[in-house]
Amino acid sequence: MKIVYNGEMDKRLCKEVLGATIPAILESDPDAIYLDADLMSCIGTLKYGQQHPDRAIDCGIAEANMAGVAAGLAMAGFKPIIHSFGIFASRRCFDQIFLSGGYAKNDITVIGSDPGVTAAMNGGTHMPFEDVALYRVIPGATVLEPTDPTCLASLLKQCVDRPGIKYIRVSRKSLAKVYEEGSELIIGKAPVLRDGTDVTIFAAGIMVHEAMQAAASLEQQGISAAVVDCYTIKPIDRETVIAMAKKTGAVVAAENASRHGGLYSAVLEVLAENCPVPAANVSVEDEFGEVGTQGYLQERFGLTAAHIEEQAKAVIARK
Amino acid sequence: MRDQKEVKALKTFAVRIRLATLEAIHAIGSGHVGGALSIADVLAVLYGREMNVRAEDPRWPDRDKLVCSKGHAGPGVYGTLALKGYFPYEELKTLNRNGTRLPSHCDRTKTPGIDVTTGSLGQGTSQAVGLALGDRLKGRKDRVFLIVGDGEMDEGQCWEAFAFAAARKLGNLVVLIDWNKKQLDGLCDDVLPMGSFAQKMTAFGFDTVQVDGNDVEAVAAALERTRQGGDKPYAIVLDTVKGAGVADVANTVMNHSIPVNDEKFEKWTGELKAELAELEG
Repeated sequence: MKIVYNGEMDKRLCKEVLGATIPAILESDPDAIYLDADLMSCIGTLKYGQQHPDRAIDCGIAEANMAGVAAGLAMAGFKPIIHSFGIFASRRCFDQIFLSGGYAKNDITVIGSDPGVTAAMNGGTHMPFEDVALYRVIPGATVLEPTDPTCLASLLKQCVDRPGIKYIRVSRKSLAKVYEEGSELIIGKAPVLRDGTDVTIFAAGIMVHEAMQAAASLEQQGISAAVVDCYTIKPIDRETVIAMAKKTGAVVAAENASRHGGLYSAVLEVLAENCPVPAANVSVEDEFGEVGTQGYLQERFGLTAAHIEEQAKAVIARK
Repeated sequence: MRDQKEVKALKTFAVRIRLATLEAIHAIGSGHVGGALSIADVLAVLYGREMNVRAEDPRWPDRDKLVCSKGHAGPGVYGTLALKGYFPYEELKTLNRNGTRLPSHCDRTKTPGIDVTTGSLGQGTSQAVGLALGDRLKGRKDRVFLIVGDGEMDEGQCWEAFAFAAARKLGNLVVLIDWNKKQLDGLCDDVLPMGSFAQKMTAFGFDTVQVDGNDVEAVAAALERTRQGGDKPYAIVLDTVKGAGVADVANTVMNHSIPVNDEKFEKWTGELKAELAELEG
């Protein structure tokens, strides 16, 4: 794994990575099988699906059935990967994922695209802020938010053989390039992207880039901020969270999701039990989503580098 | 099916399933009696005749599978499995006890012979469809039998699953609708009338028949037809009585979950034992 962050966007779109990685997994593992709910063309898998209707199965607009069929396929010996937009991949089939999947020990990988404000023009009806919290409470579940296209490809491949329910929330668009192409990111590990001594920013998804920008700005003001990439929200990397909290004595969690039950909660749960330090969050507060550009929505819901900077200073002041 | 000896054997098995069901529920004091009794006859035909299973190897991959999507009928399935030797008959008395392998609703992770976890109504349908599709993709020749309740058909997920099953031409799937006319709050026609299941299933692309679901001979004949496979999934609407086989239960409208005290247990099992003696006499 090599960190190559320089603030620029990765040239690949995440949907292109999904459109290449899912077929690659299916080609390399005859037991892997992919299901979608009429959104194949949104992640570039439609052509493959039309050519391989027994490997890439379009279930139509019926997410609950798709989740149950995935459970049945798992019982028959398959390793299902299912996709829909994050709202449908979480709320619309939550009971099926929970019972037919998790409770019944049928392992399923779930991809929820367009998390949080990345749903942008699809608006509030399509904007999952709560999907992280929902998936975190499924016993044994893994909750992932890839940082960049390289991270996405690496995590998705690992999910196929990992037991339990695996939920990947990822934008279909571009993300800032953080890792050198071909890097393998290990589930459960939280890489320290930038070291620091005054405060640690734990960030996930689109907020990693914001956190790196905030840290650079803080450095110019004489504040040393560490940035930790929390692409694994569950199981959270307890060791790194504790070590960085002890080292810097103050933390900020930055997430493109609700403040309730997401990354901030996960970090606080570890800190409260191990090393309570002043903490703050940059999350969506207790609100529903709305329509707009991603840039507008990041301002509207307080998910920018400036908001992180502000919280970092505030939390340092509380030391 | 014209072999009267076999018919008698299946009738005997069905009575024994009813006795085993009451044994289990009586041991804990109350439970889902009505819906377990209504499917005793189809369970007898499935496990007594139709299904290719191995009690000594419950996870044999090529076995036929049963998905009892009306998971609350677990005690009826447990009674059947105990009689087939999947686990000791005496274990039926551990139903719902702390730490038991026999929970109120079917759980594939706990009970030998339970193929699919059910309990949240509707969810067994999609799992059965996925299992039938998966087995076919794996080249297995088995069939998947899905028992779904009539009240359960209120759940939209059932209809998503049926549309998908027909679209995928799952001729290895047999849906058995337990049309016992009652659900928890009363008569299905009062709670949420669903119209004709036979017409609905036909319209959804199923090869559909309707039979007396408490007549083992009629059920056996309907199931035998499904052996031919083909490119349509099968539906058999089982015209049943909720609580069938025990008059007091059958004559009670609100019989979804009821107590079985010592007095009732003695009376009901006494009637069933008399029936058994007559069959075996």
